[in-house]
Amino acid sequence: MSEAQIKSLEKQFDERIARDEKIEPKDWMPEKYRKTHIRQMSQHAHSEIVGMLPEGNWITRAPSLRRKVALLAKVQDEAGHGLYLYSATETLGISREEMYEQLHTGKAKYSSIFNYPTITWADMGAIGWLVDGAAIINQVPLCNTSYGPYARAMIRVCKEESFHQRQGFEIMMKLANGTPEQKEMAQDALNRWWWPSLMMLGPTDDVSVHTEQSMKWKLKRKSNDDLRQQFIDQTVPQAELIGLTIPDPDLKWNEEKGMYDFGEINWDEFWQVVKGHGPMNKERMKARVGAWEEGTWVRDAAMAYAEKKRNRKEKRVV
Amino acid sequence: MSDKKNWPLWEVFVRSKNGLEHRHCGSLHAADEDMALENARDVYTRRSEGVSIWVVESKHITASNPEHNGELFDPAHDKVYRHPTFYDLPDEVKHM
Ligand SMILES: [Fe+2]
Ligand SMILES: [Fe+2]
Repeated sequence: MSEAQIKSLEKQFDERIARDEKIEPKDWMPEKYRKTHIRQMSQHAHSEIVGMLPEGNWITRAPSLRRKVALLAKVQDEAGHGLYLYSATETLGISREEMYEQLHTGKAKYSSIFNYPTITWADMGAIGWLVDGAAIINQVPLCNTSYGPYARAMIRVCKEESFHQRQGFEIMMKLANGTPEQKEMAQDALNRWWWPSLMMLGPTDDVSVHTEQSMKWKLKRKSNDDLRQQFIDQTVPQAELIGLTIPDPDLKWNEEKGMYDFGEINWDEFWQVVKGHGPMNKERMKARVGAWEEGTWVRDAAMAYAEKKRNRKEKRVV
Repeated sequence: MSDKKNWPLWEVFVRSKNGLEHRHCGSLHAADEDMALENARDVYTRRSEGVSIWVVESKHITASNPEHNGELFDPAHDKVYRHPTFYDLPDEVKHM
């Protein structure tokens, strides 16, 4: 194809998206669209999968059966989200094995928030409330994104997320209304998870790369700073309601703007964690790669068994 | 890495309730059709989204090529006489 032909195809392609038409797997698409989607969607899938690890840590130690079944169901949902997203990404021509390979070798990233440790039960509350809360804010606009399989996966994901956030908030509320020690535990979890949750919504707009292209393709509908402001404005009153304090001395309602002003985010910490120097980066990859490698014989055995069954059936037919 | 083959890809179709058709809802990997059904149950019907599941190995699906959409689908565009509104009847005609 000549360069002029590609240019004209790209123009038609962008016009289709501007008209709110969806792009489906077999449609022609610019190489950059395919690559950008593979990167963003696979990173999203990896985040769901790695995100099971910090919470999986507490399933056996949940304080009651009610909490245990809820946490188990939540973590199982996250596995489901990872699977919807991996299969949606595969429609762009990358194999599941290739994506795993990229995750396991560190070539692909996942959300940095999962590189923090979960040291008390209250962390299950803080994660559901804040981390899933921030994830919802990121994900809801993606239900309208231009790539059909991604948009459909996000609709399923968003439907399931709201229970995650509610179960987390309920845990925090219970602890905040409990004994002084329980309330302290809830406050401590909020102190540790608040800032990483704000960072989860991405670098500030002035340093964020490829925003314009992503806006055009509807991979992004609002800027990181707008999403962060939305998260803060909706979360602060929730903390007040259960008597917990947001760990930000500069946090103040701005009457004029009708939103909260907030303090400086420690972006150094963010980039350190992204680069692999967070408290749990090594631990998470070790657990993930370990699970994959230790499962090899199970996957092989299942294939061998499937083959044996198939052969037996064929013999019977003959 | 193992020298064995990877689990193949399956497409999943779910009937949400009797009276409705099966609808494609995604795909998954499984060693065989039994495992594909079990995995589909866990991945796509955790909240009673279905009363029946079909799985088919993705390689068995033949899809039309969007580049041929013109010759495939355009001929239907000018067949307005296939629609009831094409026919002019007086207002006095009822129930038609
Ligand atoms: Fe999720
Ligand atoms: Fe979630």
